[in-house]
Amino acid sequence: MPPRPVSLDEIESIAIGAWILGTGGGGSPYLALLNLRRLYREGTVVSLMDPMELADDDRVAVVSNMGAPLVGQERLTDPHTIAQAVRMMEDVIGRSFRAVMSLEIGGGNSLQPFMAAALLGLPVVDADCMGRAFPEAQMTSFAIHNLQMYPLTLVDVRDNAVVVARAASWKWMERLSRTACVAVGSIASTCKAPRTGKEVKECGILYSTSKALRIGLAVRAARRAHRDPIEAVLASEGGQRLFAGKLQDVDRRATEGFLRGTATIEGLDDYRGHTMRLAFQNEFAVAWLDGRPRAMTPDLICVIDTVSGEAIGTETLRYGQRASVIALPAPPVLLTPKGLEHVGPRAFGYDLDFVSVFA
Amino acid sequence: MRRIGIDVGGTNTDAVLLENDRIVHAAKTPTTPDVTTGIVTALGLLTTERRALAVDAVMIGTTHFTNAVVQRRDLTPVAALRIGLPASASLPPFVDWPEDLADLVRGEVFMVEGGHEYDGRPILPLDTAAVRQAAKRIRERDLGAVGIASVFSPLNPSCEEEAARILQDECPGLSITCSHQLGRIGLLERENATLLNACLVDLAGRTTRGFIEALERSGIRAPLYITQNDGTVLLAEQARQFPVYSFASGPTNSMRGAAFLSRREDALVVDVGGTTTDIGALRHGFPREANNVVEVGGVRTLFRMPDLLSLGLGGGSHVTADPLAVGPLSVGYRLTERARVFGGPELTVTDIGVAAGLLELGERTRVADLSKALIEETLERIRDMLEEGIDRMKTEAAPVPLIAVGGGCFVIPEHLAGVSEVVHVPHQAVANAVGAAIAQVSGEVDQIFQGLSREEAIAKARGIAEERAVRAGAAPGGLKVVEVEDLPLAYLPGNSLRTRVKVVGDIAAR
Repeated sequence: MPPRPVSLDEIESIAIGAWILGTGGGGSPYLALLNLRRLYREGTVVSLMDPMELADDDRVAVVSNMGAPLVGQERLTDPHTIAQAVRMMEDVIGRSFRAVMSLEIGGGNSLQPFMAAALLGLPVVDADCMGRAFPEAQMTSFAIHNLQMYPLTLVDVRDNAVVVARAASWKWMERLSRTACVAVGSIASTCKAPRTGKEVKECGILYSTSKALRIGLAVRAARRAHRDPIEAVLASEGGQRLFAGKLQDVDRRATEGFLRGTATIEGLDDYRGHTMRLAFQNEFAVAWLDGRPRAMTPDLICVIDTVSGEAIGTETLRYGQRASVIALPAPPVLLTPKGLEHVGPRAFGYDLDFVSVFA
Repeated sequence: MRRIGIDVGGTNTDAVLLENDRIVHAAKTPTTPDVTTGIVTALGLLTTERRALAVDAVMIGTTHFTNAVVQRRDLTPVAALRIGLPASASLPPFVDWPEDLADLVRGEVFMVEGGHEYDGRPILPLDTAAVRQAAKRIRERDLGAVGIASVFSPLNPSCEEEAARILQDECPGLSITCSHQLGRIGLLERENATLLNACLVDLAGRTTRGFIEALERSGIRAPLYITQNDGTVLLAEQARQFPVYSFASGPTNSMRGAAFLSRREDALVVDVGGTTTDIGALRHGFPREANNVVEVGGVRTLFRMPDLLSLGLGGGSHVTADPLAVGPLSVGYRLTERARVFGGPELTVTDIGVAAGLLELGERTRVADLSKALIEETLERIRDMLEEGIDRMKTEAAPVPLIAVGGGCFVIPEHLAGVSEVVHVPHQAVANAVGAAIAQVSGEVDQIFQGLSREEAIAKARGIAEERAVRAGAAPGGLKVVEVEDLPLAYLPGNSLRTRVKVVGDIAAR
């Protein structure tokens, strides 16, 4: 099956679904969406490729925007730099890419490959390597599968460019690229270690773009019909409602470059008299119901505005919001013992044995 | 101290005369198309004496500028100057505006090199030659206003200031709005606010002249202040440069007036009008502000706006039986021709109120046929709507006092879930004008601080906010901090803390 064209309306839906899959982090896809609206108005159409159509020997560019979400509100994301990071990687490896894919489907990075693809004339692979959003580079299915983590290209708008040619580990790759990112103003476009078609098929999280699209379509259909958008998401993805209530307290602090903190939600309606506490490190990591762990990473913990169905980010949590907490199933690779080492509760500093909401 | 507060609304112009904390006179008169005549009439009603009023200050609140944007009228085309290339190039000014509004306002768009990083380093030096080119084009096109937005200008305004100097030199008489004067981080939203402001400056100038003329015609010699979204005031001379700051002053004044009239600092305010009910929360006597993006006429902005919940419930709301429904349709300002008690065909919330004996209006005999069950069920439904709205706006579990204002506030029952007491106030019909009369002056800062402890950052922010308040006309003594918020920033080095502080104080005596 050849890559199929994606309409702008579908991209609008992907943005909604990706923001929910961001589990509180990943940054809002709004600015990337604005870029794509402009590109589509100029006649661009990006197509989506089934990962199974990749030849084993194809090369796939894995792209992401790196940096502080707040800087991204001033230095607005630009399709040219992300495309430039991909071109530069082609120079480094001396080969052309067959397609582009996303590092993380959660949040703004879901649309980065679409921006790059629009300028490069390449298709986007229907896959990513997180299935959600995570704060660090080693929290990917490729890292869990021990794939090579270098080279990496990093580009800024001033025509500065950095190649991280080698790194001793995923942690070192994170450290080196983060340092370069800070030097160019804490926002940069990156092309991660290139993947072969075989690696994507075997180690990628497949069809996650379609998943974001499906969630977005469900939310929009529910809104149009004045039905409960959260119910629509749960039905579409086999999720579970964990809690509904009102934000009582938010405590945020920045440590080691991350936004960490907790939020407390006081129950309403069916949950009256109960309390849910959420801990986050950019993304929501653990949810406790009345003091007992109720859900934990890598299960997706999503906080959603009860009325609008819009996802609420850890940066936009505030007192008084009416919020519902839901859990969506994590991609199976994250649930393996190796997967849990990378993205389980202990990887975030919580001394908990992983128990899935869906066990 | 004697002060006059005036509220120029879409329908009525209200005025009150305050002597210290006492309301001496209150007046209500229809708003006139020229604005001035209505104000002169209202001022005339404030005194029965023949000599002019001697007062210390006059405060005017108006919804004129919001209405201009919403109704797409009286807007002038402007030049947009974005400083920050090569950053943010793919999303130029006006990129997320509704097309009809952009077509009216977008005169010229210029994007030039310059701007700053989050840590104060320049992205590139300001391209002054390109700014001069832009000036030339602005002259050729004979544009009267420009909005300038530079990347990270809330942290370092120097690029915007230098560009403004160049444009002022090259285009004398050009009215200039710089985005750093309008606050917050968020380039597109800040730029949008800047461009909205630029396209309203001409209208604001004319309207302010109308206000001044009204005072002159009434023989009043006192400084004129214009009320802002946050319940504070700016001197008219400054305010005319920033019409966007008064966008939400209507509901804000109403809530501030309610606080004053009830002598409460922390409470919910429920303002029941003809078509809608606005629910807001007072904290330390000021409206709690919305945290998120606020749309004005379809444009995303980041303004200091009160956090309001609007319900489709008012005195004019339609009531239908089988199945029972209340609102959101309303007879609006045509209550006196459409409502049953006035001989009209429509059953409204007002009719139910009259039938239930909650108020006297029109002829009660015209609603004598309504069944007791319908009246009770309707009031029960209204109670449910109010209770749900109140619960959404509350931020604490304990019951809170509720202040009832507005022409339709008869619908608010004496006992409501989550409410400790329902407070009714005198002069509630002119709460807006009272809110204007009591307004104070504020100063605010929202900035990223690095390498400082939380306490040091807040202290530094407070100093800047106080300086700004004094510059805006506040008495230096007795400034009070009303808001402190700090947000540590992910992925930024050096202990970065975004800190927001707001202080308020009384107007400096003359």
